[in-house]
Amino acid sequence: MFDFDGLKEIWQTITRNKTRSLLTAFGVFWGIFLLVVLSSTGNGFENGLMKQVEGVTPNTGFFFVNQTSEPYKGYQKGRAWTMQLADMEAIKEAFPCVKAISPEASLWSSEDKNVVYSSRSGSFSVKGVMPEYNDIQRSKILKGRYINDTDIAANRKVCLLGKKVYETMFEKGEDPLGKMVKVNGIYFQVVGVVRSYTEDVNINGTIDESVILPFTTMQQVYALGDKIYFFAMVADDDTPISEIEEDIKHFIKERHDIAPTDDDAFNSFNLSEIFKAFKGLFFGIHILIWIVGLGTLMSGIIGVSNIMLVTVKERTREIGVRRALGAKPKNIISQVLSESLLLTTLAGLVGLCIGVGVMAIVAMITSNMPSDNAMFQDPNIGFGAAVAATVIVIISGLLAGVLPAWRAIQIKAIDAIREE
Amino acid sequence: MIRLEKINKTYFGAQPLHVLKGIDLEVTEGEMVSIMGASGSGKSTLLNILGILDNYDSGDYYLNGKLVKDLSENEAADMRNRTIGFIFQSFNLIPFKTAMENVALPLYYQNVSRKKRNEMAMEYLERFGLKEWADHYPNELSGGQKQRVSMARALVTQPKVILADEPTGALDSKTSAEVMQILREVNQSGITMVIVTHEKGIALRTNKIIHLKDGVIENIEINNPDSIDFSKEIK
Repeated sequence: MFDFDGLKEIWQTITRNKTRSLLTAFGVFWGIFLLVVLSSTGNGFENGLMKQVEGVTPNTGFFFVNQTSEPYKGYQKGRAWTMQLADMEAIKEAFPCVKAISPEASLWSSEDKNVVYSSRSGSFSVKGVMPEYNDIQRSKILKGRYINDTDIAANRKVCLLGKKVYETMFEKGEDPLGKMVKVNGIYFQVVGVVRSYTEDVNINGTIDESVILPFTTMQQVYALGDKIYFFAMVADDDTPISEIEEDIKHFIKERHDIAPTDDDAFNSFNLSEIFKAFKGLFFGIHILIWIVGLGTLMSGIIGVSNIMLVTVKERTREIGVRRALGAKPKNIISQVLSESLLLTTLAGLVGLCIGVGVMAIVAMITSNMPSDNAMFQDPNIGFGAAVAATVIVIISGLLAGVLPAWRAIQIKAIDAIREE
Repeated sequence: MIRLEKINKTYFGAQPLHVLKGIDLEVTEGEMVSIMGASGSGKSTLLNILGILDNYDSGDYYLNGKLVKDLSENEAADMRNRTIGFIFQSFNLIPFKTAMENVALPLYYQNVSRKKRNEMAMEYLERFGLKEWADHYPNELSGGQKQRVSMARALVTQPKVILADEPTGALDSKTSAEVMQILREVNQSGITMVIVTHEKGIALRTNKIIHLKDGVIENIEINNPDSIDFSKEIK
């Protein structure tokens, strides 16, 4: 059916009717082209957004304390309470699925220009975290290292500088490692410079504009006491955070004599739901795109089918002559099907290539735009979708030919050559 | 070569039309026969049945010794392709194919390779003096040339029988005479020929004239074309 000779025969028929073939093919071309462009654009926005949240694990939960709102075990309502470092250890022990847990504390300074190095100064937020914090909100380490366990154990007076802090406090190219920076009146030795993966999704202010201290050091040197108001944690991949969120809250409430029903005393939220919402949004967008694209493609296919029907009618005499000369029904069917298949496949592939080409140009233009946090990244259709589109085109090409082929074999030689 | 026994054919339309009423006919191998009759006499229907383009209701039709009855589409196509060559009044060349490709077309349905069938097509075009026109499309050819291409197409499969339906109907008298001359030569090479015509001048060039009237054979006239001086004849 698809031998070279047959292909030549079909190609001849198609090229002998150039205008008609081109018009027929255009519908399919446009359908695939739209599908590729829309789908790539959708992917571009999705990639852009996903880039924004890179470095944040979706399986992350955040917990923060509040005043109690119910009396319990002899305590009045409205009691202020805090967690301690021991609670963190206890959670880890009780919930083996917790992959990383870290309290976080912020130092809010009333004085302006709280960070000073030699003649320079600036106003930045100050955070205290545990080493595991880097597994919760990942930072890129530009220089040096992250806070480690020894810093915590020895309450070392070391600090990490956010990228912007470093750029403000140091000369360009100056090595900050080992330098002493005064933070809220106390000197810390710089051990690293970090940058957040993205600038938009951040917990408690951006890392780039923060000075990060070991949690224990911060508690000690600023005399904050063993108080934890806020912690973040990541569960392992097999345990959705939403499943253990309540259990952890219960566990802590019990340790601190808080009524199990007191929802205000201990709050939490998790990223997985936000991620789910995003995923759902993009899923919806993709479905919409495919509906629009496939709809356009379908109208193209119907166009092919329609024009093939007209073609068959126009070629009644030719088909009749072919029958008289010895063409079998299968010859006629294969001719019509092959014509429609070749036409749609070619048109589809051209649409695919031009669509991908256009999006490649768009990608080049957008990537050249000087923006760190572009909402539009790598617009491409993806290999799977491209294969799917090709398969759809081929199948629809065959389908488009079915009705015209059936019509064609209804033509009897006698009807075609009868003089009228 | 052709034997018809009591062939009946009725078209069932708004009013049933009994077109062929028990036709008995024998055409032996190498004969050149014409079928004459007024319009509505059933001559086209007879030709369609002979050409396996149409079926018949009752009777038997033997072609080349084989009974042609209740054939499948494929068998009929195969038999048409290998045993019969068609020549039509309006030539029925495929407009987007060159003369050579038109001639080669029946061989395509015999799965002959492109090279081989183009070679054979060229051979037949050459025989009809159309070698220089091989790459031309039908609309670039004169009526006589078109009919010669269609004769080449009918002969390229080396059929047993040529069926010609008003082969000169669209041609002027001079070209008609040429075409008839060629058909005679083809016949003399041993190919049985049946020509449907309503022109006396054409029929007179065949050996046997079958007069058809209202679906029955009125009479069969034995004719000797060599005794007729066609140069004086006015068509």
